[in-house]
Amino acid sequence: MNIKAVLKKNTMIIVLVLVYLFFMITTKGSIFFPLNFNALITQNAYVYILACGMLMCMLTGGNIDLSCGSVVCLLGAIAGYFMVIRGMNIGLSVFLTLAIGVGYGCVLGYLIAYVNIPPWIATLAGYLAFRGLGTAILSGNSSTGSIAPFPESFLSIFSGKLFPTKLNNMNMPCMIAGIVAACLVILLNVRSRAVKVKKGYEAESMQAVLIRCVLLSAVILLFAYKLSMAGGIPTVLVWVVAIVLIYSFVTDKTTIGRHFYVVGGNREAARLSGVNTRRIMFLAYLNMAVLTVITTWAVVARFQAANSTAGTNYEMDAISACVVGGVSAYGGAGSVFGMVVGATLVGVINLGMSLMGIDANYQKVVKGVVLLGAVAFDILSKKSAK
Amino acid sequence: MAKILLEMKSITKTFPGVKALDNVNLQVEEGEIHALVGENGAGKSTLMNVLSGIYPYGTYEGDIVYNGEVCRFNTIKDSESRGIVIIHQELALVPEMTIGENMYLGNERGKKSRIDWDETYAEADKYLKMVGLTENSRVLVKEIGTGKQQLVEIAKALAKHAKLLILDEPTSSLNEEDSRALLDLMLGFKKQGMTMIIISHKLNEVAYVSDKITVVRDGSTIETIDCHGAEPVSEDRIIKGMVGRELTNRFPKREGVRIGEVNMEVRNWTVHHPLYPERKVVNDVSLYVRKGEVVGIYGLMGAGRTELAMSIFGRSYGAQISGTLTINGQQVNLHSPSDAIAHKLAYVTEDRKGNGLVLSQSIKVNTSLANLNSLASGSVIDKDMEYNVAVEYKDKLKIKTPTVEQLVGNLSGGNQQKVLLAKWMYAEPDVLILDEPTRGIDVGAKYEIYCIINDLARAGKSVLMISSELPEVLGMSDRIYIMNASRIVGEMNAAEATQESIMATILGRGD
Repeated sequence: MNIKAVLKKNTMIIVLVLVYLFFMITTKGSIFFPLNFNALITQNAYVYILACGMLMCMLTGGNIDLSCGSVVCLLGAIAGYFMVIRGMNIGLSVFLTLAIGVGYGCVLGYLIAYVNIPPWIATLAGYLAFRGLGTAILSGNSSTGSIAPFPESFLSIFSGKLFPTKLNNMNMPCMIAGIVAACLVILLNVRSRAVKVKKGYEAESMQAVLIRCVLLSAVILLFAYKLSMAGGIPTVLVWVVAIVLIYSFVTDKTTIGRHFYVVGGNREAARLSGVNTRRIMFLAYLNMAVLTVITTWAVVARFQAANSTAGTNYEMDAISACVVGGVSAYGGAGSVFGMVVGATLVGVINLGMSLMGIDANYQKVVKGVVLLGAVAFDILSKKSAK
Repeated sequence: MAKILLEMKSITKTFPGVKALDNVNLQVEEGEIHALVGENGAGKSTLMNVLSGIYPYGTYEGDIVYNGEVCRFNTIKDSESRGIVIIHQELALVPEMTIGENMYLGNERGKKSRIDWDETYAEADKYLKMVGLTENSRVLVKEIGTGKQQLVEIAKALAKHAKLLILDEPTSSLNEEDSRALLDLMLGFKKQGMTMIIISHKLNEVAYVSDKITVVRDGSTIETIDCHGAEPVSEDRIIKGMVGRELTNRFPKREGVRIGEVNMEVRNWTVHHPLYPERKVVNDVSLYVRKGEVVGIYGLMGAGRTELAMSIFGRSYGAQISGTLTINGQQVNLHSPSDAIAHKLAYVTEDRKGNGLVLSQSIKVNTSLANLNSLASGSVIDKDMEYNVAVEYKDKLKIKTPTVEQLVGNLSGGNQQKVLLAKWMYAEPDVLILDEPTRGIDVGAKYEIYCIINDLARAGKSVLMISSELPEVLGMSDRIYIMNASRIVGEMNAAEATQESIMATILGRGD
């Protein structure tokens, strides 16, 4: 593979590196501080989780879920009502919010897959209704419009650190986890190539594999080091990593994942090839609802309260992450890895601008321009490739 | 000798990496119908795109001399203003708009930005009459059939005051009757002095209307055949020019096939239209196919052939389906395409782009799609095995591509059709329903598809081949069912059938 092809394939990663270097200079290195690595993850955890669900929806044909941000608000309010106002058992409360989320996912999936309501309309209804309902529950149960404090044992499942240590002291569990992860990445990459070679299939050059291994493990080790200096592994990171790994496996390696791609690529062809296309649409939105529930827990735990503003614009952040990460707005193409790069890029830009002290209103302007720029760039580079 | 209206001199057009046209010369006389024939990818459409300004002046080498002047068209508007109008193969009409609106789309009647609707519709009606349409121009395009839509396209071209009309595959989506009407219309225009260029794969039509035939092969003009010469031009004569060799036999012989017992049987099959339940699209059809047998279903478009095939294939079309389906001696009830696949049935669609292939995915993904489970343990796909399978079928079916990772959308029509066949062959069916398996693909690829069909029969599969090309049905089938107006109106052995007897059966003058 020549250099041009490598650059083209990894454009967004290169952009991410360049943007990061830019903020290194403009923030005089403060974006490289351990605490800001920590912030990058805790502030953007919701984007990674929601974008996994949004990716699945978008794969089925550029469909989106506009309601997820409002659902976060509503479910947060309900969780607060159960745990704080009613003082219910935590396990039961968690189960009930999950059940409500799954119930919503089933109804939404049914309406979209079997009643043929266009997804953006079906979810627009939820976008409007659930924010209102959530706010009503919050203001009905609290004079401040926010419910707190949540019980500590609930918070610790999603926020805080694993094995916390003091700032600027090396946190060993975190460092060890990083080293193990880096070793695993190298092992899996080398082994997958070895299997291909052994079976006589086309395989990448050893060089390419090694370069990728070195770069990936370097990034992992850097993160591990910085996080270990910031007090340890953020609990929410475990959730994010687990979800990202699961979805990347499902989309890349399983039959059901493949079905999402072909339904988005050509729904009639998929149907006539024996794919149950309605079931795929149903699953896309059910899955989105489940991830929205997990997001709710993470968000409530991070803010330690249920607010009426919680989840505002989350749907847009998830869509942006996907689109910047190269997920096709028409469906049928995109990967979890690309989405993670996209989400990180958007997260770095947010963090960098906050550190530079740029006015929040102008931050929105920059985000809009970046989104449009990413898509335009993507389309133009594909055009010139032909 | 009549005046030369158009001369294209030494046209060379290069795309990155490919020379699409190499020193092409074309002369068209005023008032003639000139046919361009050639295999897919030979460069016919590219040549017409150069002529109409879609590829602007400067992106190609050579000269276009029209009406004695060298032309430099930068956009399609430039060529249209000179009276060169192209009608593309795919209809470019907006279904939700009226005929009149469509005809003057981008060419609106009226002053400045204000559209004069009275003038639009009056003018439109005038041109509709010229092409023999009695419809009012205020009717929505979606409410008229494909045949009439094609005529609207022609009326639209006339409204642009066309002097040189280019028709790219005008009959590809028309039935025999509409095609003939269109060709006769062209002959009528010729009498009025119009010059036309027609691109077509249907050689019998070409021979019917043309004054001259120019053969294009591999980006070059090979020869121009004068149809008013000493002897009439035969289809074989044209094919020889197109493929560069004489096809001694357009249909490969099928030898060493043992026809076995009945593999699939349909009895009293009736299907209603999904939207208009009172309409029967398939009416009391009974048919069977044996192992190792190729059975043709011939019928005009709209006879209900595709509806029959899709309703058999797991009820993927239609409502209130009644009748019995027996596969391998067992009566079955199929509720979905996946049921049908599980019962070793395959339906190879006529519309490969619309509902056959995922164009945005690779050959590999398309090949494995209908039988993905065989490549998976649990639900995890063995991607290495998948790759191998795709390579195996690529080689077996001679799909021309550097790699099976190539996106299907980048392949030519013939190769796409082979990928579609590969998908269904990999699903390992016993009965294959092939719906128009050679539509829109060139002569060479057709021959290869016929060979594949023969291999399938030799392997003991049953093939049900739906086709609207009579020679194909006659050349390939063991037995032929003739379908008309939702019913099977006749059955004959291919050995005894002739084009005349089949058409007579359809027209109700049989036996």
